[in-house]
Amino acid sequence: MHLPALQVVIPLIAATLCALFRQSFLAWLITLLASWLSFAIAILLLLQVISRGVISYELGGWVAPIGIEYRIDLLNAFVLLIVSGVGAVIAPYARRSISQSLVKSEQSWFYSMYLLVLTGLLGVTITGDAFNIFVFLEISSLASYVMIAMGPDRRGLTAAYQYLIMGTVGATFIVIGIGLLWAMTGTLNLYDLSQKIPLIENSRPVLAALAFLTVGISLKLALFPLHLWLPNAYAYSPGVASAFLAGTATKVAIYLLLRFFFTVFGGVDFFQSTPLPEILFVLSLLAMFACSIVAVFQSNIKRMLAYSSVAQIGFITLGISYATEIGLTGAIAHMFNHAIMKAGLFLLVGAVMFRLGSVKIEDMAGIGRKMPITMAGFVVLGLSLLGAPGTVGFISKWYLALAALQEGQWWAVALIVAASLVTMLYIGRVVEVAYFREPTKNMDQLREAPSSMLIPAFVLVGAAVYFGLDTSLSVGLVQHVASSLINATY
Amino acid sequence: MTEILANINYWVTIILMIAGLYIVAAHGNMIKKLVGLGIFQTSVYLLFLSPGKILGGTAPIISEDFDLYSNPLPHVLILTAIVVGVATLALGMALVVRIYEAYGTIEDDEVHDMEKE
Repeated sequence: MHLPALQVVIPLIAATLCALFRQSFLAWLITLLASWLSFAIAILLLLQVISRGVISYELGGWVAPIGIEYRIDLLNAFVLLIVSGVGAVIAPYARRSISQSLVKSEQSWFYSMYLLVLTGLLGVTITGDAFNIFVFLEISSLASYVMIAMGPDRRGLTAAYQYLIMGTVGATFIVIGIGLLWAMTGTLNLYDLSQKIPLIENSRPVLAALAFLTVGISLKLALFPLHLWLPNAYAYSPGVASAFLAGTATKVAIYLLLRFFFTVFGGVDFFQSTPLPEILFVLSLLAMFACSIVAVFQSNIKRMLAYSSVAQIGFITLGISYATEIGLTGAIAHMFNHAIMKAGLFLLVGAVMFRLGSVKIEDMAGIGRKMPITMAGFVVLGLSLLGAPGTVGFISKWYLALAALQEGQWWAVALIVAASLVTMLYIGRVVEVAYFREPTKNMDQLREAPSSMLIPAFVLVGAAVYFGLDTSLSVGLVQHVASSLINATY
Repeated sequence: MTEILANINYWVTIILMIAGLYIVAAHGNMIKKLVGLGIFQTSVYLLFLSPGKILGGTAPIISEDFDLYSNPLPHVLILTAIVVGVATLALGMALVVRIYEAYGTIEDDEVHDMEKE
C-alpha cells in the first residue's frame, strides 16, 4: 500500500538513527537493514508495475497535480531496482572497509551519509514532481560531498569542493529549467507537464528550459566535457563511496535525462526536432574515446576506473541519441550493466586497497598470485567492461551496435568496437601488471581479502556473468522499459 | 526603456545569474567562488518569485473583501530552495576551512600546484 513512500522514508529515518546513535557497529547494522529493506521494496514495486501498470501514490493524500505525487512506471521501477540493489550489495562490504579507513568517531557519520545519498537517489527516481526532484537531488549531492571529503588523504577535500561547486551549478541550472517550465504551465507535476508542454513546446521559454535542464543534468551525469569533477571525486573518496557513487549517482542522472527528454517534453518527435540528438551523439563519441585513452595513462587505478566511467557513460548517451527502441534498449541495458560492473570493480579495488594499502597500479605487481580470487573477479568484470560475449557488457554493446546499424551507420559500429578495444588496453594493463610482473616489494604478508568484502563483490561478478547468459531481465525487461518510454506510457 | 522597466524583475534575475556564474568561473579564491555560487542561487529565487506576484493581489487567504490573490506556491518552493542553498554554503565553507588546514591556502591554483607535486 504505502510502499512508494516507504521506499524513501526507510533510508531517511535510518540515516537520522545512525547520526543519533553515533555507534559504529549499530550504525552499520541499521544501514544493512535499511538498504536490504529498500531493495526488497524496490523488487515489490517492480513486480507491481509489471503486473498492474503505472503506480500513482499521493503523498499525504493530496491529489495530484496540487499535491506531490510519486509516480512509478517501468523505467523508474527499474532504476529503483538498480540503485537499491547496488546499495544493498555494498552495505555488508562497508563494515570492514570503513572500520579500516575511517577513525571511529567518523564511521557512524559515514553510514548516515551513505543512507542519505540512498534516500536522495531513490527520491529523485520515484517522485513525479519536478521540484521534488531538485530537493532530493541536493540531498543526495550534499551527502555525497561529505562522503568524498572523508577520503583517505587531503585530496579528497579538494575533490569534494570541486564537486560541490560544479554539482551546485548543475542543480541550479536544473531549478532554472524547472522554474521556466513552471512559469509557462503553472504545474510541477511531471505527468501534468507532459500533457501541457506539447501545446507550447516551440515557445522560447520552453526551449530555454530544455537547454537549462539538459546542461544541468549533463553536469550531474558527467557527460563529456562536463565530467571534470568526476575523476577526482571517485579517485580520492573512501572505497565504499566510490563503488556506491559509481554504481548509482550517474545512473539516476541518466534516468532524469530520459525522463525529461522522452516523457516531460513530449517524446521522440520533439527530441528529434531539436539539435539534441546530434550534440549528444558527438559528445558521446568524444567521451568514449577521449576518456578511455586518458584512462590508459593513469597510474592510480581508481582514477583509471573513474575515467572509464565517463567513457562508459558515453556509450549510454550514445544509445539515447539514437532515440529508437533498440538504441534506448542498449542505453538502459548499459545503465544496468555499468552499475553492476563499475560498482563491482570499485569493490574489488577497495579490497586490494584494504590489504595492500595502495591504489597505484605499479604497486600491484604480482598481486594476482597473492590475491587470486580478487584479481579473478577483476578480470571477469574487466572482460565484461570491454564487452566480451557471455557477460552483460556484450549485450548492451550488441544493442548499441544494432541501433547504429539501423541508422545505416557502419562507421559508428566500427567506432563502438574501437572504443571497446581501448577499454581492453587499460584493463589489460592492470592484468599484465597483476599477473606477469615480479612483485616490486615484499608481499609475503599479503593475504586474500576478507570474505565479508569478497562475497558482496562476487555477487556483482556473478550478476555480470548471470545476466550475460540469462537475458530475461537484462534484455527482456529492458526492451519493455524502452518501448514504454518510446510510447510515452507514463 | 518602458519595455525594460516592465520586465525589470527578469532583467535583475539575468544580471544576478550571469554575475554569479562569472564569479564562480573567474575567481580562484575558494571563498569568492562560494560567494558567486550564492549570488547565482539567489537569482533563481527571484526567477521563481516574480511570476507568482500579481499586481494588486493579496495574500491567499479567502475573504469576501478580496478577489485577487497572489500565488503562494513559489514562496513555499523558494523557502525549500533557500534551505538547500544555506546547507550548500555551510558545507562549502566547512570544506574550505578543512582545505585551509590541510594545504595552508585557499587559492585554487596554489592548491592545484601542491597536488601535482
